[in-house]
Amino acid sequence: MTAARNRELAALIPVALLLTAGFAAVFDQENARLGNLSLIYGAYFFAVCLVTHIYLRIRLPNADPYLFPLMALLTAFGLVMIYRIDENLARDQANWFVLGLVLFALTIQFLRDYEVLERYRYTIAAAGLLLLLAPRLPGIGQQVNGAYLGVKIGPLAFQPAEFSKIAIVVFLASYLREHREVLIVGARRVLGVTLPPLKHFGPMLVVWGASMFMLVFIRDLGSSLMFFAAFLALLYVATGRFSFVVIGMAMFVVGAWFFASTVPHVHDRVEVWLNPYNDPTGSGYQILQSIFAQADGGLFGKGFGEALITIPGTHAALLPAAQTDTIYALIVNETGLFGACGVILIYLLIAARGFKVALLASDGFSKLLATGLTAVFSIQAFVIVGGVTRVIPLTGVTLPFVSYGGSSIVANFVLLALLLLVSDRARREAVEPTGRALAMGSA
Amino acid sequence: MNRQIVKLFAFIVVLFGVLVAFTSYWSVFDAKALKEKEANKRPLLEQQQIRRGRILAADGSVIAKSVAKGHGDSLRFVRRYPEGSLYGHPIGYSFVRQGDSEFEQFHNDQLIGEGSEFGSILDEITGRNREGNDIVTNIDPTAQRVAMSDLEAQGFGAVVAIEPSTGAIKVMASYKSYDPNRVPYELSRLNRNTVETPLYNRATQGLKPPGSTFKVVTAAAGLESGVITPETAIDAPGSITDEGIALNNDFNEDFGPITLDTALTNSVNTWFGQLGQQVGQDALFETMQKFGFNSEPAIDLPADQVEKSGVYDEGELLTKDDPVDLARLAIGQERLLATPLQIAEVAAAVANHGKLMKPQIWNRVVDPDGRVVERLDPSEYSQAVSAKTAEELTTAMEGVVSEGTGTNAAISGVPVAGKTGTAETPGNAACGGGEEENQAWFMGFAPANEPKIAIAATVECTEQFGNDVAAPIFRDVAETILNGE
Repeated sequence: MTAARNRELAALIPVALLLTAGFAAVFDQENARLGNLSLIYGAYFFAVCLVTHIYLRIRLPNADPYLFPLMALLTAFGLVMIYRIDENLARDQANWFVLGLVLFALTIQFLRDYEVLERYRYTIAAAGLLLLLAPRLPGIGQQVNGAYLGVKIGPLAFQPAEFSKIAIVVFLASYLREHREVLIVGARRVLGVTLPPLKHFGPMLVVWGASMFMLVFIRDLGSSLMFFAAFLALLYVATGRFSFVVIGMAMFVVGAWFFASTVPHVHDRVEVWLNPYNDPTGSGYQILQSIFAQADGGLFGKGFGEALITIPGTHAALLPAAQTDTIYALIVNETGLFGACGVILIYLLIAARGFKVALLASDGFSKLLATGLTAVFSIQAFVIVGGVTRVIPLTGVTLPFVSYGGSSIVANFVLLALLLLVSDRARREAVEPTGRALAMGSA
Repeated sequence: MNRQIVKLFAFIVVLFGVLVAFTSYWSVFDAKALKEKEANKRPLLEQQQIRRGRILAADGSVIAKSVAKGHGDSLRFVRRYPEGSLYGHPIGYSFVRQGDSEFEQFHNDQLIGEGSEFGSILDEITGRNREGNDIVTNIDPTAQRVAMSDLEAQGFGAVVAIEPSTGAIKVMASYKSYDPNRVPYELSRLNRNTVETPLYNRATQGLKPPGSTFKVVTAAAGLESGVITPETAIDAPGSITDEGIALNNDFNEDFGPITLDTALTNSVNTWFGQLGQQVGQDALFETMQKFGFNSEPAIDLPADQVEKSGVYDEGELLTKDDPVDLARLAIGQERLLATPLQIAEVAAAVANHGKLMKPQIWNRVVDPDGRVVERLDPSEYSQAVSAKTAEELTTAMEGVVSEGTGTNAAISGVPVAGKTGTAETPGNAACGGGEEENQAWFMGFAPANEPKIAIAATVECTEQFGNDVAAPIFRDVAETILNGE
């Protein structure tokens, strides 16, 4: 299947050219050293991608050819946007990109037989939960904007939620693979509603409890929403019972409603979402400025490097957290509705390729794993873009591969590595059908 | 499970569709409303980074310019008005925090170089920083200066000078004025000054009783409707009774049967009162309408900073169907209020063979490379009266200046046509509430045989008459403009 890898290589070339053009546009805007610096950056970027590509050629020759270029495209886009905000941040981000690819390669190297994850599912689940709790641990935890999202151990700071989302998806995929039959068979109808069997529903309640716990304890509505939505997506795919999803959503809404009215931080986020104009210079500032920035973008945007991020002549933010939370608003401002739709389209293509991997996968765990990883990735994009566009309350989730942030980049490359591992096997088996594929394919 | 995976994907597609819908809403459909939000300082901050175009007088001298402050990311431009209060009206001001007004506001898009969406893409491709366009106005700086210093000598008032054939505004002066350079520091103080009202453009917002200047409109209605000809004699006793109340001539003078020329020359109230009654309300209102009364002035100033002239009752404009005291309306009394701009338009229409041109302050838009982007194309507002009627009115108005009530407007060697007006405004708070205060007017044009300029001048809070205080201003401004030709 070298054809797949050739397609990957062919797709990486335009990505590198796009990055080059993007940097050229930013340099031009800054009226500075146009020269060949953008070419050098483009060449570096392409070289790094090329090395990764050659590694994939050797280790995963059959893996989906589009996922890596699509994610590289997002990274390239993010690098240009971040560079345009602050050169130093872009340098960090570029380093993390390389570190992410190293972890990407290590994951592929050591998890070639990714079923091994199933054996450690409870350990992984515990690690995932522990990671989530870490920001509240004294000494290492960090509070950002009222939410507990960060951990700092010595010089190393990271956002554990980015990693725990992978752990929890792995656990859920494994758990549901084993229990999906009993969840379906044991279900009974009560008052016209299909209820899952109580005995097997215990762990599900645990997930719900964990989400609520996150809401209260870590005060992070965004992560909580993202985790629970991914859980419901997996539950639905595993059982085919839409009623479970409805029950789950009802439970989440009831829980969120309760905590939104009791936990001040969560309450404020919801309040600001509903009535941003009540305090336009205080709590409503970020969401309003984010929307004003979008209004300024129009159809075609103002062009790379044109957006106002700080109030001229001062360091006061006009678009707060432009490199992280509200980077999507900056994209709309500079590239317009068309650019923003382009970005959303990239996420949609990644979702399409990810679910394609799940469709092709022959065994239940692979299917659920690919589905879960794709779902959590897509929902994360939805949660932050939805927050910036006021579809849902604005939270501190990163826009995968685009937002500034090491944890986000590295964790998402690990996520990509797992998807490609599943994909490589699925496509290999699709070419050389084995007994197993025939037995499980219809599941 | 595959069926569910496909359904899940479909759901994700829907979610992303919602994102596209919301993004479209904010960035395109609701963008205009968002840009106008009080909390949104973005449009102002961005405009501040564009070098706003200059505003120039007709001779190229600078009325307003932008100067750079800071550099790099903190570069911004601040507006400067080298002539201070001279052009406070009608140019207005433009500052980030205080907003903008008058001409600066009306022509904002041209001054910041906001063309089509296509234009800005082109700028992006060519990598050019956006720069505003200059606007050259029709304003004659020498005449504007004369008008301002004459007004300052008399008190509050306004002068509007229009080129009859094009509608070009050569002078628009309003006193008391203000220095736009001071607006960032004392806008609220200027706003609180409700006695001198320096921020208020008396030329376009100052609704005052026009007094006898309105007799020209009544005469126009009479001639147009065929009720009179220049030869028609109407008996003009010292006093008539109108709606139960006496309407008198000055000193109750009895003129006997006289024609239009004599009646206008001596501003005979009883003559015009009867003419108004004969013409009727429909015809009088129709002529008023054609001269621009009861309508938004077609000038290049923001709609909320110009007033409609007409008969007002508690702030509401009356129509031809509302009960109106016709005889008193015919002599410019009743509840008739007019702006100096409106009265100048009456003079300009008569001067231009009855054709009223749209009054315009701007003349041309010049891009930063010096190319003329757009040039004023004079356009007709209405044919207010026929050329014949205009000629007959001109003859009568010449009599006013040569031998009647407006002799102080005469310019040696140049025939002048005009009409005085003096409306009693007792108890005007702006004048300190005195009982002898008048609103003095003069309107007219020169040269009468080949009009180059039509002017309305008015002075508030004066104990004197139109011929004493307003006619000399007319003369000074007209002479200045004619000498500059």
